[in-house]
Amino acid sequence: MKFAVIVFPGSNCDRDMYYAAKDALGAEAELVWYQTANLENYDAILIPGGFSYGDYLRTGAIASTSHIVNEIKQQAERGTPVLGVCNGFQILLEAGLLPGAMLRNKNLKFMCHFEELIVENSNTMFTSAYESKQMISLPIAHGEGNYYCDDATLDQLKENNQIVFTYASNPNGSINDIAGIINEAGNVLGMMPHPERAVESLLGSADGLELFKSVLNNWRETYVAGA
Amino acid sequence: MKMKKVKIYITLKQGVLDPQGKAVQDSLNTLGYSEVLNARVGKYMELTLDDSVDVEKQVEDMCAKLLANPVIEDYQYTVEEGIAQ
Amino acid sequence: MLQAPEISPELIEKDGLYREMGITDEEFQLVKKILGRLPNFTETGIFSVMWSEHCSYKTSKPVLKKFPTKAPHVIQGPGEGAGVIDIGDGQAVVFKIESHNHPSAVEPYQGAATGVGGIIRDVFSMGARPIAILNSLRFGNLTSGRVKYLFEEVVNGIAGYGNCVGVPTVGGEVQFDNCYEGNPLVNAMCVGLIDQKDIQKGIAAGIGNTVIYAGARTGRDGIHGATFASEDLSEESESKRPSVQVGDPFMEKLLIEACLEVIHCDALVGMQDMGAAGLTSSASEMASKAGTGMEMDLDLVPQRELDMTPYEMMLSESQERMLLVVEKGREQEIIDVFQKYGLEAVAVGRVTDDKRFRLLHKGEVAADIPVDSLAEDAPVYHKPSKVPTYFEEFQTMEDYYPEVLDFSETLKALLQQTTIASKQWVYDQYDSMVQTNTVVTPGSDAAVLRVRGFDKALAMTTDCNSRYIYLDPETGGKIAVAEAARNIVCSGAKPLALTDGLNFGNPDKPEVFWQIEKSVDGMCEASLKLQTPVISGNVSLYNESGNQAIYPTPVVGMVGLHESLDHITPSFFQSKGDAIYVIGETNPEFGGSELQNLLENDYFGKAPKIDLEVEAKRQNQLLKAIQSGLVASAHDLSEGGLAVALAESLFSNQLGCEVEVNGDVTSDLFSETQSRFLVSVKEENQTAFEALLEDAKSIGYVTDSGKLSVSQSSKTIIEEPAESLKALWKGAIPCLLKSKG
Repeated sequence: MKFAVIVFPGSNCDRDMYYAAKDALGAEAELVWYQTANLENYDAILIPGGFSYGDYLRTGAIASTSHIVNEIKQQAERGTPVLGVCNGFQILLEAGLLPGAMLRNKNLKFMCHFEELIVENSNTMFTSAYESKQMISLPIAHGEGNYYCDDATLDQLKENNQIVFTYASNPNGSINDIAGIINEAGNVLGMMPHPERAVESLLGSADGLELFKSVLNNWRETYVAGA
Repeated sequence: MKMKKVKIYITLKQGVLDPQGKAVQDSLNTLGYSEVLNARVGKYMELTLDDSVDVEKQVEDMCAKLLANPVIEDYQYTVEEGIAQ
Repeated sequence: MLQAPEISPELIEKDGLYREMGITDEEFQLVKKILGRLPNFTETGIFSVMWSEHCSYKTSKPVLKKFPTKAPHVIQGPGEGAGVIDIGDGQAVVFKIESHNHPSAVEPYQGAATGVGGIIRDVFSMGARPIAILNSLRFGNLTSGRVKYLFEEVVNGIAGYGNCVGVPTVGGEVQFDNCYEGNPLVNAMCVGLIDQKDIQKGIAAGIGNTVIYAGARTGRDGIHGATFASEDLSEESESKRPSVQVGDPFMEKLLIEACLEVIHCDALVGMQDMGAAGLTSSASEMASKAGTGMEMDLDLVPQRELDMTPYEMMLSESQERMLLVVEKGREQEIIDVFQKYGLEAVAVGRVTDDKRFRLLHKGEVAADIPVDSLAEDAPVYHKPSKVPTYFEEFQTMEDYYPEVLDFSETLKALLQQTTIASKQWVYDQYDSMVQTNTVVTPGSDAAVLRVRGFDKALAMTTDCNSRYIYLDPETGGKIAVAEAARNIVCSGAKPLALTDGLNFGNPDKPEVFWQIEKSVDGMCEASLKLQTPVISGNVSLYNESGNQAIYPTPVVGMVGLHESLDHITPSFFQSKGDAIYVIGETNPEFGGSELQNLLENDYFGKAPKIDLEVEAKRQNQLLKAIQSGLVASAHDLSEGGLAVALAESLFSNQLGCEVEVNGDVTSDLFSETQSRFLVSVKEENQTAFEALLEDAKSIGYVTDSGKLSVSQSSKTIIEEPAESLKALWKGAIPCLLKSKG
């Protein structure tokens, strides 16, 4: 299985994502510069965190207008798994691949530490290796992770089981404690916490590795005969 | 060449929590400006456009596509005609 | 502001306009002699910045020369962008500390942000990937509104820049004392990792080679920043605000990636960042180091503003700019790399053989100066030095001994002292984990980053207890180095080398110059004894406001090596039943202590003593015990003494401890005697540990009670739930920030 890690100008968790997929998970992975024309040869797309285009204007806004985002949209429509973490999540929101928008943290400060999360939906291609309602520990590192959407959208997210992760103790003011959501089709996940930073116990937690394993297992079940 | 200057104001929608505005209000109140009942913080942008285009249509487009996020933000703008370079 | 280019050389001399740029009468005569004529306006400006203390170290040079800078593992000592140390496997660690005090005093957000940006550029200009940032910050007491503003904005600026460029901010220190009220200190340290074969130098070698300017355009920001940094802060400083530069961390991030790609192109000859004194210093230093000259056509320099004069271009301190020297004919290979990242890179000049620094502008020669006169020949001053009367008084005072009635309450009060209290409010705003190498995050004695792909790690810390240095600069200087090494050793690493951030008051005052001399003497002695050579550094003088000098604050930034990941040792207790030891005897030493600050709201008397032989011996023994797997946790005893260290050892899990003291209780609990460690050891390792650490004394056990209990002759003198102590310790700074004032 081969992962593409999209690198925008200003991405800064790109290598972390690459190492998580390649070293910790043991899959193939490539860093893909944002000017690359097509993503057809990849089995999953990872949009890493960072400050694409300096997060000038709005977080993720300028990156969401780049050509490669159209390419990501096309791949997403074909069912390719797409994971956006932190700035990657913000880009997915700005690009309209996921509903809602991001506001500044309630306390107006950037925050970086481990948070306890609850796996609300373990029936996705990203979370099948977790138990339902499992508590996991992942780092957050963001200044704008205060997820917002209108009531109708929130009702829909709940109804379709699109809320994948919530914070056990909401750090940023996010509506309904939302930490991560998935699209209706179930192949585009956006989340503020960083699973790629939690793939080795040496660095404090390996809880994020299960997310990558889920993607790999799902791919094997779908594409590898006899798996 | 004649140009147009467009001034765009972007604010958070009513109903969307504005923590920055809240902080400004609290701070003003602390400074003794108790008459400040509410503060909203937004963005201001200035664009200089070539006179040849349909400015209103273009600016609407720019706001919808990039400059404002319709999920959380409102925008308004003014156009100053006939600015000389 | 002097900017008019039409001012004639004669007028500059007649009206003494050079003085406004910080050049003395004697220096102006020297300039005339060097040129054999009067300097024009641009040349006067160029000399003024290159001969400023910030660039030339003209006052501190005689003192800096004393630092031990050589050792077998030193690849690059002072003189390049940053120092370089061999860490085996063909790899090296690159690091340097730099101050941005004056800019931060007038515009704290941008001052701190550009301080971080500048030090990162120093590291990647060597070809190293920046892997960590640390900060050493000093502020006045958190009671005034202005200090709170400075503190919050400095932290905000460091976060704003560091988080965006994707270099983790992993550690540092913040201290609060009145003397920093008008003159805060912002020192930033950057650590980089490099394969030794990739090390770059800032040299303009190869006659005829091309000089390339890359990165952000040049604007009028920061003109005369280097001179500004070499003056006292006054009311006028506020009005000098245009001197402060604005940073663009997004541009810096692109510049990092482009430069680290460019180093793999063999067309690159040399690279240096444009830091203090911008284009002037980078260009002239690169030529001087290579023994060449340089000619630049200023019309080719990318400019952000219209009608910039040569003076403005040469003195601008616009951020995020690099100067490269490239093999002639292969410019496009380099330019292509920058263009991939959307960055401008243009040829602006060439390397010449005449050792002149020549600038062309609109077809005319704007400056023509012997290049060595700028980088090498700045005057050196041997300032008079005099023992301050305060020091003599302190030395003759009777030893200060505090009266403590309630040990529990004293401990609680100490934990809430801002210098001791948790700095979580600060470091939570820093991305400390990006690049996924951070094993020990901020809040410990030293930060630890693993070296990916190898069984080794790097420990890093910044330290400086300026109170001791104020009381006794020589002893305090020794302690600063020893404490940094102690922190590195506690984490399980061997100290390798240090970078010094020397912050002092006005050196024209003999008493201040004496502080500089003595503290450097102390640091030198400790560096030699502990085998940690000085490989880079920075000097910031004139840190005064309203005629009040700061405490002498020579910050020590130190890096150490864990020879195996197994050696990484936590600073807090690990499991119930582990034996607790204090290594080293305790004496009643309270001069400059946190307890003295608490009770007297002042510092006086003698600094704690330090015996470097004993220090080195204990550090070596403890490191050996750690490497032998005998130590469960290790923490150095510093501000607040044993009681504070015990409490801190309980704040990371739900454990407790039972400790017995049997000497003078006030000293046992709160004295700041040096060369001591608090260590916990598993029962099965106790015998082996005691055999190695002859100065270790067992004082109690780790429990699961969740309580800190201290008794004397079986009588309980402190019994507090760790959770409530932690709440006080954690809440102190946020609470002060929330309170009005």
